[in-house]
Amino acid sequence: MAFKILERKPLNWAERTYLPQIITGLKITLWNLFQKKVTLEYPDVRPVIPEGYRGIPTLVKDPKGREKCVSCQLCEFVCPPKAIRIQPGEIPEDADYAHVEKAPKQFDIDMLRCIYCGFCQEVCPEEAIFLQNDFSLSGYSREEMVFPKAKLYEMGGTFPDQHNKWGKKQQAAEEAKAHG
Amino acid sequence: MTGRDDNLISVFIDEEEFLVPPGTNMVEAARLAGKEIPHYCYHPKLSVTGNCRMCLMELGMPLKDHSTGEPIIDRRGLQKIGWMPRPAIACATRAFPGIHIKTDSELVRECRNGVMEFLLVNHPLDCPICDQAGECSLQEYAADYGRGYSRFVENKNVKPKRTRLGPRVMLDDERCILCSRCIRFCKEIAKDDVLGFVDRGSYSTLTCFPGKDLQNNYSLNTVDICPVGALTSIDFRFKMRVWFLKETPSICAESSVGVNTHIESREGKIYRITPRRNDEVNDTWIPDSGRILYKSIDTDERLIHYTIDGSHTLVDGAAKEAATLLREGAVAVVGSGRASVEEQYLLGKIASAVKAISVSLVSRTGDGDGLLVSADRNPNVRGALLTGLITSLPHANLGGLASAIESGEVRTILSFGEDLTQCGVEKQLLEKVNVIYFGSHCNETGEVAKVVFPTLTVFEKAGTFINQQFRLQKFLPAVPGPQGVLPDIVSLGKLCSILDGEAIPPTGPEGVWAEMNTEIPQFSAIDFENIPINGILIDGSQWEHLPFIEGMSLHYDPDNNRQIMAEVTKSK
Ligand code: SF4
Ligand code: SF4
Ligand code: SF4
Ligand code: SF4
Ligand code: FES
Repeated sequence: MAFKILERKPLNWAERTYLPQIITGLKITLWNLFQKKVTLEYPDVRPVIPEGYRGIPTLVKDPKGREKCVSCQLCEFVCPPKAIRIQPGEIPEDADYAHVEKAPKQFDIDMLRCIYCGFCQEVCPEEAIFLQNDFSLSGYSREEMVFPKAKLYEMGGTFPDQHNKWGKKQQAAEEAKAHG
Repeated sequence: MTGRDDNLISVFIDEEEFLVPPGTNMVEAARLAGKEIPHYCYHPKLSVTGNCRMCLMELGMPLKDHSTGEPIIDRRGLQKIGWMPRPAIACATRAFPGIHIKTDSELVRECRNGVMEFLLVNHPLDCPICDQAGECSLQEYAADYGRGYSRFVENKNVKPKRTRLGPRVMLDDERCILCSRCIRFCKEIAKDDVLGFVDRGSYSTLTCFPGKDLQNNYSLNTVDICPVGALTSIDFRFKMRVWFLKETPSICAESSVGVNTHIESREGKIYRITPRRNDEVNDTWIPDSGRILYKSIDTDERLIHYTIDGSHTLVDGAAKEAATLLREGAVAVVGSGRASVEEQYLLGKIASAVKAISVSLVSRTGDGDGLLVSADRNPNVRGALLTGLITSLPHANLGGLASAIESGEVRTILSFGEDLTQCGVEKQLLEKVNVIYFGSHCNETGEVAKVVFPTLTVFEKAGTFINQQFRLQKFLPAVPGPQGVLPDIVSLGKLCSILDGEAIPPTGPEGVWAEMNTEIPQFSAIDFENIPINGILIDGSQWEHLPFIEGMSLHYDPDNNRQIMAEVTKSK
C-alpha cells in the first residue's frame, strides 16, 4: 500500500505564543471549580455500592438464625481457583435443626485465591453464600486471609429465606406425627 | 434368522440388527448395542422383579400367517413386524430370534416421563444433603426424563428418616423408590433375609423385620446397589462428595479370594472402598470387612524411616548394612503371603543369593464364609509358590525357626512384613540374632531389628496377587505413601543388586516382570502393563495336589478348579 506524506502546517503567530491554549485550559479549570465535587476521599469516604456488586463471598443465616449452608460442596467443586475448602459434618440428632441433617464442620475461603467470580453464589442450592459489599481486604499473613466459617458468617449476616424448604419440611413432619 | 454356528441370534434394536446370545436380558442386549435402557430395579446379578417400570420399551415380533405358518411379507418385501399395542418392560424380556424393540420412540419417551413424574411425586428435595448425589440414577434420569417442575400440589408423604438398619447401614425411607434390590440382595446373595416392605401404595416403607438387624458381613453392598440415596453407609456418610473421588483399581487383601475393588480417594486420602465388577471372581460384591482395611494406613504406628540400630539412614545405607549382615551367612528368610508376586520373586532371589538355610511363610487362617472371604487370609500364597519362594504350604507357627536360633544355626533373619513374635519366636530369642525387618507398621520384631526398611501398603504401591483360582490380578497405587518411603520393589531390588553384584535394580513392577518372563515359565507371555483388568488365569496345575485350605466360595470350587487348571494347561 502506498502511503501519503502529510505536510505539517506551520503554526501561526497566536499559536506560537501558546496563550489561546492556556486560556482554554484555565477556563475549564475555573468552570470545574464551581461544579459538584466528584473526588471521593477514600478511605474516609466510602463509595455507594451498586446493586448486584460482587464483593467477597460470605455465608449467611436465615432469619431464625439457622446456618443455611448444608455443606453440599457444590461451591467447592465449581470454584475456579479452588479457594473454597469444606469439611462436611452431621447435625446431631438432638439439635434444633436435626431434620437438616448436614452442616459444614469447617468452611474456609482463601480470599487471596478468590477471584470474585460469583460462581459459588450461582451454584448454591440452598442460597447460603453471597458475594456482598466488602471489597477491600488486607492482612499480615497468608493464613490470616483464609477466612474460617465463623468469620464468613459474621460478615454474611442474615438473609431472608424465600423458599423456607426446611421449615416446610419440619412442619409436614409435625403434622404427620399429629395425625399418627 | 435362527441357528448360526456361533449360537448367536439376531435381535433388532431401533431397527438395527445385532447378534446376542439367546436368552439375553434385553436391558443387557441394548447395552451390548450401545443403547441405554434406563432402569432401577433390574440388577444383572439379582433376580428380576420388574416393579419400577422405568425400562418400558416397545416390543414387536415378525408376523406369521396362522394357517400356513408362512411369514407375512409387507410391500417392501420384508417380513412384517407386529408391534404390541402396549409397551413392555425390557428387564423381564429375553432375547428371542427376530425380536424387535424400540428404545427411543415417542411412546417410550412418554412412558419414561410418566414413570419419572410418579417416582418424584413423593421424593424429598434432599440432593444437597444426600450422599448419593452425583451417582444417583434418579438424578440422572430426572435430568433426562424429568419435567423440571412439579405438578403435585398436595403435601408429600412423610416417612422415617435417619433410621439405622444395622451397625453400618442408614436408611432414609423418603428417598426409597421401592425397587426391592436391597431385599433381593439380602435374600439371594447374603442369605440373610431381613428386609421387607410394610404398608401399601404410596405409604409402602422399607424396613427390617421386627427384632432383626441388617448386620451381615455383606450389608454395605445394599448401599452400593441402592439406585438412590435411601441406603447410605454410616461410615462414609457425609464424609465427602462422590464427584471429588478418584477411583483406582485394586485388589482386596483380606483373603485369597482376591475381590476386585476400587479405592476411592481425594488428594491422597482414602474415603471408601467399593467393589469393582469381575464376573469371574466377586461379581459386584465385596464383604464389609474388606471395606475398612484402609483405615490402618494412616496411623501413628506407621514406620516412616529407614533405620540401622535405631538411627535414621537412607535406603542405600540400610541396603548396604543389610547386605553385610546377610553375607555373613546362616540366614533364615521369612516371606509373606501378603507381599505381591514381584516382592516375593525378589525375596526369593535374595534368599538364593545368600543361600538361606530356610525360607518360610506364615499362614493366616480363619473361617471361610462360602462367599467372598476364604479360609486363607493371605491374599497371595500362590504367588509365593509360583515365584519359587516356597514349595509347600505355610504354617502358622515358626517353631522350627525358634529352635534353629536356639541352637545357633541361624544368625540372621530377614522378615518381610511378618511379626515373628506373633508366630512362635520369642522376643528374647530374636535379640540373639540380627534381624532385618521390612514392614509398614511398628511391632516387636521391628523394635529388635538391626535394620528396618519401611514398606508401603497395598493401597500405596503397584503389584499383583494370585488368588485361590490361580488368577493373576493387579493393583495400582491409589494414594502416595509416607514421605520418603520407596516402593518395596525398589528397596528389595537395591538389596538384591548389592548381593548379586552388578544388576541394575528394578524401579517398578515392569522391571521385575521383564525378569520373571524368562525365569518363570508360567509367566512367560505376561507383561505388567497388559495384565487385563479382570486378571488372567495362570497354569497352577503343578501345585493343585497341595492341600489348600480354601473351601467353596463364589466362582470357586476347589474340586472344579483342578479341571479348570487342566483346561488352562491344555490350551497352552
Ligand atoms: S467468588 Fe468465585 S473464586 Fe470466589 S469463592 Fe466464589 S466461586 Fe470461588
Ligand atoms: S453450595 Fe451452598 S450449601 Fe453447598 S456447600 Fe456451598 S455454601 Fe454450602
Ligand atoms: S436419592 Fe438421588 S434424587 Fe433423591 S435426594 Fe438423593 S441424590 Fe437426590
Ligand atoms: S432402599 Fe434402595 S435398594 Fe432398597 S428398595 Fe429402596 S430404593 Fe431400592
Ligand atoms: S428395571 Fe424393568 S421394571 Fe424395573
